[in-house]
Amino acid sequence: MEHNVYLYILVMAAVTYAIRMLPLVLIRREITNPFIRSFLYYVPYVTLAVMTFPAILGETGSVWSAWAALITGIVLAWRGESLLKVSVCACLTVFVLELFLV
Amino acid sequence: MANENRTWFIKGLRDGIPISLGYLAVAFTLGIAAKNAGFTAFQAALASLTNNASAGQFAGFTLAAAGAGYLELAVMELIVNARYLLMSCALSQKLSPETSILHRLLVSAGVTDEIFGVSMSAPGKLNPFYTIGLLAIASPGWASGTYLGVLMGNLLPVNVVRALSVGLYGMFLAVIVPPARKSKVLAGVILISMAASFAFAKLPLISELSTGNRTILLTVLIAGGAAALFPVKEEENHGA
Repeated sequence: MEHNVYLYILVMAAVTYAIRMLPLVLIRREITNPFIRSFLYYVPYVTLAVMTFPAILGETGSVWSAWAALITGIVLAWRGESLLKVSVCACLTVFVLELFLV
Repeated sequence: MANENRTWFIKGLRDGIPISLGYLAVAFTLGIAAKNAGFTAFQAALASLTNNASAGQFAGFTLAAAGAGYLELAVMELIVNARYLLMSCALSQKLSPETSILHRLLVSAGVTDEIFGVSMSAPGKLNPFYTIGLLAIASPGWASGTYLGVLMGNLLPVNVVRALSVGLYGMFLAVIVPPARKSKVLAGVILISMAASFAFAKLPLISELSTGNRTILLTVLIAGGAAALFPVKEEENHGA
């Protein structure tokens, strides 16, 4: 690397932080526009759903263990289990299945 | 109030444990990428501690290895991390308008996919100390995972890394599924999001967009469509 590594890190950190910080500091009131309110209400669900599927299928050694983890996660979450339990059970599903599958 | 902040901070520390473990595993692979890009373990961990952004850091390390200019790097970070802008907008409405600037500045550091998701799932308005608690336990996991990844490369058994890597998705499901049980519209929005995301990953041309850009495009289209067709009534708005 011909440039300074610490300056690289500083640029990365500054830009990334600015993106996160500006809306939180600038939008200090409740937005009253019903469309924007509704849009922002849906944002987390859409974003997290989009990031989960199909990405999860490529994370493990076999598509089947990933599907099993996905279904395990959905069933446990549907039953209202805690974040930790849903997460750990999804991991265990992959670990145990891959003892046989991969 | 101080007592309530303390309670939320501790709850954040507890709920942040699965995030921290998931980060540890994911950051391990990030550390390997950093090592290949010529970063030392300390430099890579410093980048993780100050960035908390997986895709942004992967992109940054790659550009740094190629000897890119600082402006080029800045533009890349802007594009790769643009989804955080949408998340912060959504999070701004979850905070009470009285939240102080200092608390807003601290919460800002915690806008990652996972901490954002979990923060939004808290009932009612968000106590900033919940997000700060989540960040306080998740960030060391992220940084130490990166550090270990540089030092130890491929020592961790691959089946353990794979198993841990679905942990973050398990958390996403724990955030989005329970409210969908109570709202058919929300369940439909989530199913459409997943189907569209699958299609975008397979379609020619569109699949060539980066994952981050596809996420932004789909979020704007689907959340926008849902907001136009199914505007949310006031009381539901605090549930997310």
